[in-house]
Amino acid sequence: MDKKEDMIAKIKEAGLTGRGGAGFPTGVKWEMVKSQKADKKYIICNGSEGEPGVFKDKYLLEKYPEVVVEGIKIALETVDHSLAYIYLNKEYYKQFSKKLEKLCDGLPIVIFEKKWGYLGGEETAVCEVIEGKRPIVRKKPPFPGESGLWGFPTLVNNVETFYHVGRIKEGNFKNTKFFCVSGDVKKECVWEFPAEYTIRQVLEETGNFPEFDFFVQAGGGASGEILLPSELDQEICGASSIIIFNKEKTDPYELMRKWAEFFLEENCDKCVPCREGVYRISEMVKTEKLDREFLNELFFVLENTSFCSLGRGVAVPFRSLINKVL
Amino acid sequence: MDKNKKINLVIDSKQIETDEGKNILEVAKENGIPIPTLCYHSDLKNKASCRMCIVEIKGKRGFFTSCSTKAEDGMEIITISPDLLRARRTNLELLFAQHREECNDCVTSHNCHLLKMAKEMQVKIGGLPDRKTGYPVYEFGPSLIFDSSKCIDCGNCTEMCRKQGINFLEKRQKDTFYQVKPKLEENRDCIYCGQCLVHCPVGAFEAVGEFEQVEEPLKDKNKKVIFQFAPAIRTSIGEEFGLEPGKNMFGQLVAGIRKLGVDKVFDTSVAADITTIEEANELIERIKNKGVMPMFTSCCPAWVKYLEFYNPAYLSHLTTVRSPQIILGGLIKTYFAEKEGIDPKDIIVVSVMPCVAKKYEISREEMKIDGMRPVDYVLTTRELARLFYNHKIDFKNLKPEQPDDPLGIATGAGVIYGASGGVMESALRTAYYKITGKELENIEFESVRGMEGIKKAEVEIDGQKVKVAAVNGIANAQKILRELQLDSTAYDYVEVMACPGGCIGGGGQPVPTDKEIRQARAAGLYKIDKEKKIRLAHQSEIVKSIYKDFLGEKENVHKLCHTKYFPKKREVEIKE
Repeated sequence: MDKKEDMIAKIKEAGLTGRGGAGFPTGVKWEMVKSQKADKKYIICNGSEGEPGVFKDKYLLEKYPEVVVEGIKIALETVDHSLAYIYLNKEYYKQFSKKLEKLCDGLPIVIFEKKWGYLGGEETAVCEVIEGKRPIVRKKPPFPGESGLWGFPTLVNNVETFYHVGRIKEGNFKNTKFFCVSGDVKKECVWEFPAEYTIRQVLEETGNFPEFDFFVQAGGGASGEILLPSELDQEICGASSIIIFNKEKTDPYELMRKWAEFFLEENCDKCVPCREGVYRISEMVKTEKLDREFLNELFFVLENTSFCSLGRGVAVPFRSLINKVL
Repeated sequence: MDKNKKINLVIDSKQIETDEGKNILEVAKENGIPIPTLCYHSDLKNKASCRMCIVEIKGKRGFFTSCSTKAEDGMEIITISPDLLRARRTNLELLFAQHREECNDCVTSHNCHLLKMAKEMQVKIGGLPDRKTGYPVYEFGPSLIFDSSKCIDCGNCTEMCRKQGINFLEKRQKDTFYQVKPKLEENRDCIYCGQCLVHCPVGAFEAVGEFEQVEEPLKDKNKKVIFQFAPAIRTSIGEEFGLEPGKNMFGQLVAGIRKLGVDKVFDTSVAADITTIEEANELIERIKNKGVMPMFTSCCPAWVKYLEFYNPAYLSHLTTVRSPQIILGGLIKTYFAEKEGIDPKDIIVVSVMPCVAKKYEISREEMKIDGMRPVDYVLTTRELARLFYNHKIDFKNLKPEQPDDPLGIATGAGVIYGASGGVMESALRTAYYKITGKELENIEFESVRGMEGIKKAEVEIDGQKVKVAAVNGIANAQKILRELQLDSTAYDYVEVMACPGGCIGGGGQPVPTDKEIRQARAAGLYKIDKEKKIRLAHQSEIVKSIYKDFLGEKENVHKLCHTKYFPKKREVEIKE
């Protein structure tokens, strides 16, 4: 067996899962792309991080860019005749592109500046944007691993995932995750902990467990779920971010208006439940007149009939906040 | 995928065997199982954006849009359940809330999917304030109006515009929403084909004047009102009254128009016979005198506008022969007026056309004859139907009547003008006779018929091979132009119709229009041709006598039957 086979086996053995939020087994993804028959294949390192409260890719690009690039290099070696993109949001592009270019010198890697917002980070929307179009999520299947960028098999992994691949290669992988803690804390920070850490563990070990009455939003500052102090003995679903809110000082309507604005701005306007449903929610939170019955119907179509995961996830923060805090 | 492979599945407990490769919506439709949908159109890609066509699949979690989910062997599909209904109702309510209703003045009023669904699912209309109130209304030349406050953002129009190779409509971001808008760049313009209109599921597009101005031509009681109607509408207008597409309503059309109280009813196909003869003459002359080749047809005003704006280098290829409606209008205001002793200024000519670009064609200055417009008004097929409704004319049950003399009886050649390939076929029938002095044994040119976008053929006339192409859809015409750039002798004669399938699929035709419907309308026209005694333009007694009495004079034929073309700058103005 050659070296290439080895790396996928090693990733599988390490049990690495995607760190973009969906948690798909990385080895399986790599194998899928590798096994496709195609003249050309692409690798995309997704550094489009765009949700409020999520900034761990930024941390890794700042502290360990060489490990991230090493991970991409391994992918290039593993996936036959492949080319790579490092896909960065505007801010990260400005900050890191020079350094990354140096590290990528001589490698078939293009540093790509994403001109769009949050949705431009979904893996099929990433392909659309690199192709020069606006970020509209594609229908799946086919998955990017079968037909992605310009129709070629494409491996899309998050910055952190590539970082861990680099660590696996070094023999330094300990199945950790990078957690972002922000909100009503002394200092926003990124911490590395074992992947299975609960929210409570993260808060306690970082000295961030509040003494005031609070709730958290876990899993992203827009799509994350609102959890009460009694619900913190669980792992985070989605992006590994925890935002702490001082219950007394937080206006829940203000918070919902922020989310609504975010979704209104960032959704692609393609499908009815997300385009129109988010608009109706935003109108309600603007006027602070919630029609609970209608809201429930909106949540139902958002969760069950939205085209992509952005729309399917809209209901989670609103429902949990309304039910638990309001 | 193996096209002949059969699969078995169950939809709502109905056992179905079908070919592999179709989506669930198609299979359901073929088997008479209705699934509500708005954004699906068989001419276009699946966008799966309206989220109405959701179904459940046994053993799988969640809902699936049936338009974008392939039917698979062994699937058990449920198209109706309390959960599905719940989701559809809310999505429909949301759709209604972004679409500003104006049902009394809507091109889809007899066939509105939104309203039909609202009734079936008992969804309250107007429960929420319309999101798009105050959204802009755009006017594209004298042809089209786009009211963006009715748009449901499905993207059918932008896709169709792109598919036409025009790309005038796009989705642009304003505030937080992407909205369908016309492009602002000076190097883009609308060609008025109206394919956006016939592919819009909610009537956000309409023809200019539709329907507020349909009574306009009938208002002036002191004028003689003369109607003419295009070949392509006789087999489509029935659809506005619930009849199947393709049904020949020629006699009812004449009777219905007469009931409106007009003075004469003529058939545009008569002038199509004249166009045929003139075009055949021009083709022969170009071949003989080594003129600019290939020759392009010019009776489609959207195609003419396309060349004038996007590709003026090819203008000299266009035949100088005027389109049938313009020739007939001219004849009415000269030949006929003289014959009847009427002052042409007292005549109002109204054309009923399957087309919105024809509204643009009549506004062209160079068409004027002695300072008069040959045609004063163009009504679409839909607008005529609306007139019949307004005047309480029971169209379906009218006793068929014949059009008036002397411009009433056309040949079969004049009728097939309405289908892609028809102009060329008619001209070839006559050109063959003019060159060889003999009539064709088989006058049916099968190779230029049908719904294919580009139909190529080689016709042998008197030992000489004439290479022809009949094209429908502007993107296909662009392909031919690219081919000609590489080899200017690739063709001798090219027919172009901007709309899919030709005029039977035109922007003035009943909504909906799709491939099946276009096929049926075209088949109706070919059937009429087949049943005609006279099927060759040059054999028409009417045409012969017009040439003898009037068009025999060079000055007259030039004035009435020929025109010029000019490079154009952008015409559509947008106030943002």
